[in-house]
Amino acid sequence: MIKIKAKDVDVFYGKKQALYNISLDIEENQVTALIGPSGCGKSTFLRCLNRMNDVIDICNVKGEILINDFNINDKSCDVVRLREKIGMVFQKPNPFPKTLYENVSYGPTIHGMAQSKQEMDEIVETSLKKAALWEEVKDRLHEPGTGLSGGQQQRLCIARAISVRPEVILMDEPCSALDPIATAQIEELIDELKKEHTIIIVTHSMAQAARVSQNTGFFHLGHLIEHGPTDKIFKNPDNTKTQDYITGRFG
Amino acid sequence: MNLILFTFIVLLGFTSYYFGRRKAYTIQSSKKRLTALPQFYGYYLAIWCAIPAFIIFSLWAIFEPTIVKLLVLSDYSNQGYLDDELNLIYEKTKSLSRGQFTGEITPFIEASAEKYLSLRSIAQSSKAVIVLSIIIASVAYAYKRISSNSRTREPVEKFLNAVLFTASLAAILTTVGIVFSLIFQTIDFFKVIPLFDFVFGTHWYPAKAFVRDSSEALDPTMYSDTFGAVPIFAGTFFIALIAMCVAIPIGLMSGIYLAEYASSKVRKYAKPLIEILAGIPTVVYGFFAALTVGPFLKELGTSMGLEVSAESALAAGGVMGIMIIPFISSLSDDVITSVPQSLRDGSYAMGATKSETIKRVIFPAALPGIVGSILLGVSRAIGETMIVVMASGLAANLTFNPLESTSTITAQIVVILIGDQAFGDPKTQAAFALGMSLFLVTLCLNIVALRVVKKYREKYE
Repeated sequence: MIKIKAKDVDVFYGKKQALYNISLDIEENQVTALIGPSGCGKSTFLRCLNRMNDVIDICNVKGEILINDFNINDKSCDVVRLREKIGMVFQKPNPFPKTLYENVSYGPTIHGMAQSKQEMDEIVETSLKKAALWEEVKDRLHEPGTGLSGGQQQRLCIARAISVRPEVILMDEPCSALDPIATAQIEELIDELKKEHTIIIVTHSMAQAARVSQNTGFFHLGHLIEHGPTDKIFKNPDNTKTQDYITGRFG
Repeated sequence: MNLILFTFIVLLGFTSYYFGRRKAYTIQSSKKRLTALPQFYGYYLAIWCAIPAFIIFSLWAIFEPTIVKLLVLSDYSNQGYLDDELNLIYEKTKSLSRGQFTGEITPFIEASAEKYLSLRSIAQSSKAVIVLSIIIASVAYAYKRISSNSRTREPVEKFLNAVLFTASLAAILTTVGIVFSLIFQTIDFFKVIPLFDFVFGTHWYPAKAFVRDSSEALDPTMYSDTFGAVPIFAGTFFIALIAMCVAIPIGLMSGIYLAEYASSKVRKYAKPLIEILAGIPTVVYGFFAALTVGPFLKELGTSMGLEVSAESALAAGGVMGIMIIPFISSLSDDVITSVPQSLRDGSYAMGATKSETIKRVIFPAALPGIVGSILLGVSRAIGETMIVVMASGLAANLTFNPLESTSTITAQIVVILIGDQAFGDPKTQAAFALGMSLFLVTLCLNIVALRVVKKYREKYE
C-alpha cells in the first residue's frame, strides 16, 4: 500500500533549484532508502516530507506531497500535527541537554499524550524498549542524555522519535557518525521498526541500503534518476548512471 | 638627555636586529642550514641590546638619587644636624637647583646646590657612557656567537614568554595591591568603629564625624550612631532590585526576540541600536533620571494623590534598569544564538512549536550564559554610582518605599570623598570600609554565580 506520494516536487534555495520534478511513491511498512552522491538533494527531499524546510527562510517547496492522500504542502496542513505523525532522526545524534527520561517524554508532553505520571512512565519504557536501549539505561533514566555513547545517543533519538507513535520515520544518515557495531544495532532496529512504521532512510552506504531497504531511490544532481525494489536497483538497474554509482565508478 | 639616550638605544636595537638578520643571510648563502628563520637571529641580537639597557637603567634609577644625596650631604655630616634637618636642607638644595626656591638663600645651600647640579650631570654622562658601552659589548659578544647552529629561536621564545608573564604579573600585582590597601584602611576604620555598629547600625550620618583636631578623632563615643551601614546596604540592594525588575524581563525578552524571532534584516539594525544604549555615558542617564524621569514620576504620583519625592529610588532604579538592558539582551542573544541548530531541529521535528522549543530546549541549554549575563547586570547595578548620586539623593534613609529617596554604597563613597578630607580620619576610612564591603559583595556574587552555572549546566555537544 502506498503511504506517501510525491508529485512533481521542486525545491529552491533562493534562486538555486535543488530538486527537479521529483515523483516518488513510498510503500507502507517498508524501508525505502535514498542514495546518491553528496549534494544530490536526497536530504532535501527527506526534509520536505515533514516540512522541516520551513525552518530555512530561503527555501521554497513546490508540488504535491500526499501523505494518507492529504497534501501536506496545502495551507490547511497543521505542521505540528504533521510532525507528530512523521518522526525524524538526524545525521548527528542530537539528544536534548536533559535527562534520558525527559528526552523521551518530550514529544508525549508537548502533544499531551499522557494523562498521568504512570502513563508517561509506560510510554518512556516502551519507547526505550522498542529502541533497544531500555536494558542499558533503565537504572539511569535521570542522568543527562548527553552522557551516553554515540550509538546509545542515536538510539535515544530513535526512542524520542517513536515515543509519539509516528506513522513514518525519516532517517537522515543515522549511522554516519557511528562505529560498525553501533551501526549494526541501528540496522537491526530499523528492521524491527518497519513492522509498525514506514521508514525512509538517507544513506551514503550502498551496503547499508542493500541490507536494510526494500525499495531504493537514486538521486543525482537534484533529479530522481531511478527508483524501484532494492534488489532490482542493485542487481539490474535500468539507468547506466545508477549502475556506475552502485559499482563505485563515480560519486 | 634621557630621551636622547633612549632614542639612541632603540636605534641600536633596530641596528642589531638588522645585523643579526644579515649575518644569518650570509650564513645561509654559504649553503649552511640555519637552525631558525633569519629574523630570529635579528631578534636575538635586539634582545641582547634591550636586556642590559633595561637592567642598567633600573639600577641607575634605584641608586642614583641615594648616592647623590649622600655625597651632597657629606658636607654637613659632622655638624650635628638631625636627620629631619638634613632632609630639609636637601630638599632646599634640590629646589634651589631647579630655580624654584623662594626662601632665604644661604651660601651653604648655594654651594650644595652647585655641587648637586655638577653631580647630576656627571651621573648623567657616565650613565650614557656606561649604558652604550655595555650594550655595544653585549651585542658584539652575541654577534660573534651567532653561527649556523647556534640556538636563537629558543632564547627569543623564552624572552617573549617572560615579557608576557611580566605583563600578567603586573595586572595581578595591581589587583593584590588594591585589595590590600582596602584591607588595611578597613582594619584601621574598625579599630575606631566597632564592626557590629557598622554592620547592624541603622543610622548613617558621616558628616557628624567631622573633627577639628586629632585628639577628638580617636574618641569612639563620638561616633555612636554615625556609621551604621544598614540603610545604605538596604538602599543599594533595593535600587539594584528595582533596576533588575526593569532590565531582566525587557532585556531577556528582547534577547529572545532578536535571536529566535527577528528576521535577519531586523536583527541587523536592531542589535546595534540596542547596543548604542550601552555606549551612553552614565552621567547622561543620570541627568535623564534627575531632570526627566524624577519630576515626571513626581507629577504622576501627585496627580494620583501619592506623595513622591523628586529624587526617588524608583527613578534611579528604573533608569539604571534601562542602562542594563543592552547587557542582558545582547549577551543572552549571543548565548541563545550559539545553541546548536541541531537541538532546534530535533525539537521542531517532534512537532514542537517555536515557543515550546524556546521554553523547553533552548532556554535551558542557554541558561548558564543567561544567568551569567544577569549577574553581570546585577554587579553593574550594584556598582553604578552616577545615576544614584544625581537621581536618588544623598541622604541615607532606611526605607523600602520606592517613592522616597534613598542612597547606595557607591553614592556614599562619593559623598565622603568629595571636598576636603583628612587621611586617617574615620570619615575617610569609612569610604574604604564601604569599598571593601562592595568588593566582598561582588566577589560573593561572582562565586555564587559560578557555582550555580556549574551545577545547573546542561551540556550540549
